[in-house]
Amino acid sequence: MKKKSIIPGFGLSMGITVAMLSLIILIPLASVLAYSFRLSWGEFIDLITRPNVVQAFATSIGCALIAAVLNCIFGVILAWVLVRYDFPGKRLMDGMIELPFALPTAVAGITLTKMYSDSGFLGRLLESMGIKAAYSKTGIVIAMIFIGIPFVVRAIQPVLEKLPDTYEEAAAMLGASRFTTFWKVVFPEIRPALLTGFGLALARGIGEYGSVIYISGNSEKNGTQVVSYIIMQKLNSGNVDYEGAAAIALVLLIISFLMLFLINIIQHIASRRTNA
Amino acid sequence: MKEHSQKIVKGVLIGISVIFFVLMLVMPLLEVIYRALKDGLESYQRALTAPNTLSALKVTLIATLLAVAVNTIFGLIASWLVTKFDFRGKNVLSTLIDIPFSISPVIAGLAYIMTFGRSGWAKPAIDWINDMLGTDIALVFSVPAVVLATIFVTFPFISREIIPVLYAQGRDEEEAAAMMGASWFTIFRKITFPHIRWGLLYGIILCAARAFGEFGAVYAVSKARGKTFTLPLEIDALYMAGSADSITQAFAVSSLLVGMALIMLILKNIVEYRGKRADR
Amino acid sequence: MKKNNWIRKTTVAALTVACLATSLTGCGNKKEDGTITFTNVSYDPTREFYAAYNEMFTAHYKEETGNDIELVQSHGGSGSQARSVIEGNDADVVTLALAHDVTAIENAGLIDAGWLDEFDRNSSPYTSTIVFLVHSGNEKGIQDWQDLTKEGVEIITPDPKSSGGACWNFLAAWYYAKMQFNGDEAKMKEFVAKIYDNVLVMDSGARGATTTFVENGQGDVLIAWENEALLTLKEYPGEYELVTPSVSILAEPSVAIVDENADKNGTQEIAKDYLEFLYTPEAQRLAGEHYYRPSDEAILNEFADTFDLTVNMCTIDDFGGWDQAYEDFFADDAIFDEIYGN
Repeated sequence: MKKKSIIPGFGLSMGITVAMLSLIILIPLASVLAYSFRLSWGEFIDLITRPNVVQAFATSIGCALIAAVLNCIFGVILAWVLVRYDFPGKRLMDGMIELPFALPTAVAGITLTKMYSDSGFLGRLLESMGIKAAYSKTGIVIAMIFIGIPFVVRAIQPVLEKLPDTYEEAAAMLGASRFTTFWKVVFPEIRPALLTGFGLALARGIGEYGSVIYISGNSEKNGTQVVSYIIMQKLNSGNVDYEGAAAIALVLLIISFLMLFLINIIQHIASRRTNA
Repeated sequence: MKEHSQKIVKGVLIGISVIFFVLMLVMPLLEVIYRALKDGLESYQRALTAPNTLSALKVTLIATLLAVAVNTIFGLIASWLVTKFDFRGKNVLSTLIDIPFSISPVIAGLAYIMTFGRSGWAKPAIDWINDMLGTDIALVFSVPAVVLATIFVTFPFISREIIPVLYAQGRDEEEAAAMMGASWFTIFRKITFPHIRWGLLYGIILCAARAFGEFGAVYAVSKARGKTFTLPLEIDALYMAGSADSITQAFAVSSLLVGMALIMLILKNIVEYRGKRADR
Repeated sequence: MKKNNWIRKTTVAALTVACLATSLTGCGNKKEDGTITFTNVSYDPTREFYAAYNEMFTAHYKEETGNDIELVQSHGGSGSQARSVIEGNDADVVTLALAHDVTAIENAGLIDAGWLDEFDRNSSPYTSTIVFLVHSGNEKGIQDWQDLTKEGVEIITPDPKSSGGACWNFLAAWYYAKMQFNGDEAKMKEFVAKIYDNVLVMDSGARGATTTFVENGQGDVLIAWENEALLTLKEYPGEYELVTPSVSILAEPSVAIVDENADKNGTQEIAKDYLEFLYTPEAQRLAGEHYYRPSDEAILNEFADTFDLTVNMCTIDDFGGWDQAYEDFFADDAIFDEIYGN
């Protein structure tokens, strides 16, 4: 594994990569770390176990999980439909999947709030069914589905494209039901990609601010404050609490980092398996 | 019988997709356009040509261009490093590069403030450089701050598109060329670059799209409307201005960003299509 | 090998150019063609007022000195605006929602001590108070603080932990409870807790709360700045009603020169002029037209039709000043945390 590559340019590219990475990402993030270390261990634990902080983490992670699971279900269906079927408007649908990447989160937040609050069209519809969408956890989940869907679809699509449909035909020929075919033949193939998409959507949802903040209602009592909001609250309060904000940010950072690391390992294992 | 049920499944799946697509993606888009044009074309035009909007457009374009430029350079070099060489800590390095993908933009803004802000630890260094050069560069609450924050959030977009392509391509060709004594640059230009052309373009488009839409991180480091505001901040300011009129204007400016986003998506599709054809 | 060197140089050059371009774009901030740029960092609801005032001041400044001045405005939640100044936002003056936020900047060493007495009337050129905004017809019959505790009343008010305006709201309710229960703290807490139990949406800032109530149609009553409420009445005629409670609080937004920045930018004098001009009759009238209560009694009386001048108002001094009030009510684990949430 450690034999030296004969391709030139290792030192230079390593140098530039590490330098830019440090300057733009790592050094600023280290400041967050440094600030949170100003708290003693006891204070740190005290702070992150405060009821409103715990609740915000529960809300962020819980809603992001629900949204990511829903995104996986819809993502698989969407990717499947886009890859396997032909129907009018397919290209348009395919092209617009990335809209949530490109649409500014503030615009998404404002627009979703308008649509799903009871003065909006969809909000009124849901209200008549007894569902309160905006200013509730439902609203947070809706916003997170919106920002997360492209991650899942775009992760699965290439895998499905490469998967020849002869597999499924063979399985069907052997008498397997459609569901069994999907579960036993198709699903194992897309699983690593689905996990990647799931992880990215989840990580994005947990840290999301712009699109969630308008629709959530930020009520501590209803448990609709997300972690990003708590960080901003610490910073905007009359007694600016940098250490507190940094400490919560640190926990959020660690969660993001672990999640990314897991994703990279999964991808690594997956690529090894396909190469073998 | 079987074909019949197959048709039903197909119909149901397409139905679900279309409903999801319309509810989650098309409706918000139509909502923006409807709200933007509610007061007629004239007020729409006025909103788009307001001095604050134009200034925000300028800052947005500067930030997007520079973010794309810096991230392209970085993306090319980093993906070359990750895919062409084996070294210890490679997994950690690629994870670190991806951090901005999953980091809350709020933290990004906070990080810059804590580093370069008035009480940040790098502030004396900046003052020292300013004294030396007689300049007045500020890395928070200024256009450079907006640029930096934008670079941060879009940092991995390009490398992430190129890395899988380079992995798939392997190293044999580069190794053969190196054996024959070709330089770093020649190898890159003649062998590597043709493979990643489409991936790079695709990455640039995604990067640009994300760059001009960034809100959270930029919000933390930009406070002066008409000076350092980007379009998303201007939208927020208009939305918060509270009168029915200004909310329509907020959606008018939003529609501008939506238009830019759509252009990016169309470009992306062309690139994808071309790229796929080039692969064959 | 030669080629290798060449590419190394170009890469370095390209990087340098990129970095330089990044930094140079920021250099245009000051003194192009001799026009002075002057920044006023303010809070949310003053947007319209300062837009008009800046026009007035620009004309006045041109007349006085013959020079042009470019006024840059910054708006946001009062607390976050104060923080941005502490962190390096180059404000020449601040015009914030409460003295506590200005004190925070003073504590950071940017504003000289004694700023509260630098300008007339505790350095607040205009005041406001807290009122209720309800939907036309007032179906829930909301007349006073008492009515906000009724079951089924949905209240919109911002989060005191992140909004200065919200602190005034809370203190006004507290003062009412104090009058009602003769200072029996247990009962007062219970009363105010009931109000906050009815809060439906807690936005991060006063403007956000107004938008939630007015634009998105949430809730039965908005606890708001009087100037916000009056502005809404004007923007949406016939849709809302203003209810003045029997007891409220005199909100005194504070103005101050950010000495460190003003000294550095050489704008100390302009800053003084800018803030003093706020006290002139024409500016006071302008404030009144934008629904701020002019601090000049005579001019305030000109606006007797607009403002209810009979409200019984407490002041922040009844709470021992802002720093004391903040510690007692809004710091972590203080009264607000105790009654709200868990």
